[in-house]
Amino acid sequence: MSPAPAKADVEDWRPAASPAALARRAELLAAVRGFFANRAVLEVETPLLASHGVTDPAIEPLIVDAGAMLAAPRYLQTSPEYAMKRLLAAGSGPIYQLGRAFRDGEAGRRHNPEFTLLEWYRPGLDHHELMAEVADLLTHCLGPRPWRKVSYAQLFREHLGVDPHRASVEELAALARDRLEVGDLALARDGWLDLLLSHCIEPGLEGLVCVHDYPGSQAALARVQERGGIAVAERFEFYVDGLELANGYHELADPAEQARRFAADNALRRSRGLSERAPDPRLLAALEAGLPACSGVALGFDRLVMVATGAGRLDEVLAFPWARA
Amino acid sequence: MASFSTNEFRAGLKVMLDGEPCSILENEFVKPGKGQAFNRVRLRNLKTGRVWERTFKSGESLEGADVMDITMEYLYTDGEFWFFMDPKSFEQHQADAAAVGDAKQWLKEQEPVEVTLYNGTPLSVTSPNFVELEITETDPGLKGDTAQGGSKPATLSTGAVVRVPLFISQGEVIRVDTRTGEYVARAGKS
Repeated sequence: MSPAPAKADVEDWRPAASPAALARRAELLAAVRGFFANRAVLEVETPLLASHGVTDPAIEPLIVDAGAMLAAPRYLQTSPEYAMKRLLAAGSGPIYQLGRAFRDGEAGRRHNPEFTLLEWYRPGLDHHELMAEVADLLTHCLGPRPWRKVSYAQLFREHLGVDPHRASVEELAALARDRLEVGDLALARDGWLDLLLSHCIEPGLEGLVCVHDYPGSQAALARVQERGGIAVAERFEFYVDGLELANGYHELADPAEQARRFAADNALRRSRGLSERAPDPRLLAALEAGLPACSGVALGFDRLVMVATGAGRLDEVLAFPWARA
Repeated sequence: MASFSTNEFRAGLKVMLDGEPCSILENEFVKPGKGQAFNRVRLRNLKTGRVWERTFKSGESLEGADVMDITMEYLYTDGEFWFFMDPKSFEQHQADAAAVGDAKQWLKEQEPVEVTLYNGTPLSVTSPNFVELEITETDPGLKGDTAQGGSKPATLSTGAVVRVPLFISQGEVIRVDTRTGEYVARAGKS
């Protein structure tokens, strides 16, 4: 018999979320499903435990490595994007998934390592058309509210008076050191941009704001366009009162470019002392077969519930957050 | 001393920052969905009491600070130093005026106080929230005036001056809130 756990360990058996927050959560799950049913977008489910993880250098998976079924460790999915793109390449048409995702090391007021992600893909839509649909969904869930679109460059000009595409690393670092206590923090160019965006711009974003046209270096899985000599990613993010809610792309469909990004991600992972991730050969095969031109977006469902209930912490909308799971 | 990574930062953890011992007050994880993760941390410098804010890359670490809070007995002062004894080890520690700070006006011999040691030396002294001290000097009390407002200064055995109600007399023992420096009640009647 295993020893009884210490009393302090079990006193938190009760849910963290109030009954009212859990009821609102259930309403929103139903509202999301209703929204997509009306638009003939198919609900799908893909594996949580998959043979490959993402190569993204900023995302670490939790890995399951014990079990008689396991020939090799499997990755708890950090998002269902690879599997959903395989469905798209197989001709699924528009699809959405409302399920769990896991990210190692992400815990805090706005993060829980296990969270609910709403991800959907729209063949035939570009990212601007998808932005409008995200706004429609948010209106459907939260009631009518105005939203505005602003480019990444315009946002940095308005808040910090700097051109994020052309400023030097030194200029960005000086700007950050002027406004924040960062000690001897050393970052690459995109790191300083992330710091300025998250610390100096996001807190001042009021209402529903969609930021688009990210630097090409932050494209992740978005298409990149040259505009006036600048590489711009066809990527967008939605914020509600400074809370990052959704991230979307005009999806990259070129398998050769995808393979190059996998390699670039792994080079970056090596330089940061992170383990490399094998590129998912099934995703590459699906892209070879042909991913239809499409846009896709992932929305943090728990954060949507936070906004709907006015919660200040993610814990307030989760029955059993990480520490009580 | 062990070092602590940003994901181990908790309120109350004592760490070294820029060579100064600090206590962590708050640790906020900030991460764009597709970008660098940061920890935005608020810390109190235990020497100066000043609150610092500092942003770290997630995963960076700080060395732990050799800081301990120990309940000790106050012994006496020679005017330059204040002497305390650890009742478990009987070890004596001397604290200077900077370390004793505002607590010195509430120190009563043989009473327990919390002494914060940094590398074995007192860094700060914290009085209990409430202390009971005798009034050594105040104007004569107004008999029967127990309900009306109005107050007068009273000097305590430690030299501290607090305002007390008019009916309190010299020689009485009163209870004082050390956080505000205010009279609470006659001792034993709280």
